[in-house]
Amino acid sequence: MPTLHWNHETWLLFGGLFAVLLLASTVTLLLRWRLAGGGSHPVIDNLAQRVWAWWWMIGVMGVAFALGRTAVIVLFYLLSFFALREFVTITTTRRGDHRAIVAAFFLFLPLQYVLVYVDWYGMFSILIPVYAFLLLPILAALSAETTRFLERCAGVQWAVMICVFCISHVPALLTLPIPGFDGRNLLLIAFLVIVVQGSDVLQYVWGKLCGKRKIAPLLSPSKTVEGFVGGVASATALGAALWWITPFAPWQAGAIALVIALMGFLGGLVMSAIKRDRGIKDWGHMIQGHGGMLDRLDSVVFAAPVFFHITRYWWVP
Amino acid sequence: MWIARVTARAIIVFARLLTGMRANWQGCVPAAVQRVYFANHSSHGDFVLIWGCLPPELRPRTRPVAGADYWDRSPLRRFIGRDVFRALLIDRTRSDPGSDPVALMRGALEGGDSLILFPEGTRNTTDARLLPFKSGIFHLARACPSVEFVPVWIDNLNRVMPKGEFVPVPLLCTVTFGQPVLLSADDDKDRFLARCRDGLLALAPVLD
Repeated sequence: MPTLHWNHETWLLFGGLFAVLLLASTVTLLLRWRLAGGGSHPVIDNLAQRVWAWWWMIGVMGVAFALGRTAVIVLFYLLSFFALREFVTITTTRRGDHRAIVAAFFLFLPLQYVLVYVDWYGMFSILIPVYAFLLLPILAALSAETTRFLERCAGVQWAVMICVFCISHVPALLTLPIPGFDGRNLLLIAFLVIVVQGSDVLQYVWGKLCGKRKIAPLLSPSKTVEGFVGGVASATALGAALWWITPFAPWQAGAIALVIALMGFLGGLVMSAIKRDRGIKDWGHMIQGHGGMLDRLDSVVFAAPVFFHITRYWWVP
Repeated sequence: MWIARVTARAIIVFARLLTGMRANWQGCVPAAVQRVYFANHSSHGDFVLIWGCLPPELRPRTRPVAGADYWDRSPLRRFIGRDVFRALLIDRTRSDPGSDPVALMRGALEGGDSLILFPEGTRNTTDARLLPFKSGIFHLARACPSVEFVPVWIDNLNRVMPKGEFVPVPLLCTVTFGQPVLLSADDDKDRFLARCRDGLLALAPVLD
């Protein structure tokens, strides 16, 4: 298990994020004066809420990074908990699913993060795809309630896969022993999160600036072709520019950032499809201006396992 | 009593972690107006959600109306019911014909408190959205015509801990406060109860 420190690169990184946030807050303030004469305006209000939420999210990440490995694992455990709570809330379940949901929250969720903590990769990678996959429907079957059985089981399994298994791959990056990268694994998390969230923000910015053609009108009416191309391209450039915090060469960092941004975009589409089907606009109300925890994490969910395996396959001997 | 205040705080924090406890003030605003909040009833935790959604300064003056048969059964329940939430405990079994629940509630309103009331009278464990209302709410409205009767729909709490289970699961719950129902001159009992019922059902989410 590699030890971790808050080092020179981490300072530079958070300094950079601080500068970007300062810029975003200034731009929001200027836009409010230019467009709304300092008053209220729905788009500006939403933008201000989003920027304010970013200050919080980056602040929380910074504190967890400063406290070290255990704090980061606990942080992602909590994010998984809130995401799972949102996902199960909109899943069709009946009384017969109660025990399965109890097992999801109080057995599989903590166990998965314990496995990250003790660095037992073999069990970490099969706990949910194998054991949760089998045990959750068993618990539901024991309740002897058969109405919409397959649909209910699939819903709970999906919830656990998305909110626990996939998200747990972010802190699992801390367990990868990469030669010559000792003690710097936190920066892998920073790279992933900055590229994915950066891609989301840049897609939003490009879309607002020059978005015209809708890319997926039925799934996500606010996403445009221009936003997608501009956002993914600039996220790729951002990833390449961040090569110095990773074990990757610049071109490798760019290629990986491209994959992460594409996965994030596609993940966003999948999660939108689920929301449309359930007739909701947001997953919840936890984060002002953004919606729920899953509205912010949807792209991380799909990018994290892929980033984890790319790094593990090519950089861990 | 500090221990009651700390317990109330702890119960609210726990409820928020479990349910998110989101208040949706759709038909009125939280204000220091004397009110009877009447809600659908599916769990013993219902009143905690409504109570916790009120601004802290209104909580001490808002008392849940609950069944004495449940809340007087053990010392712990008595402490939570009587001391922590200052519940107005009524005798649902009517073992003493002299005790009149409506008179008790009226007394609390005349003392300046607001009330949280479940007009179905008991927890709804059926598939129906609401059970028929008891008539107490009508008699109360007639006795205290200046009090606002605010419908409150509690969504999802029945899934958090279904009857017969012991471990609650975390699920987001929304508490929607509707437009106050006022007793009008031409309301008889059935009409007033129907209006209360409609006001409450209007807040319920559409079923799929």
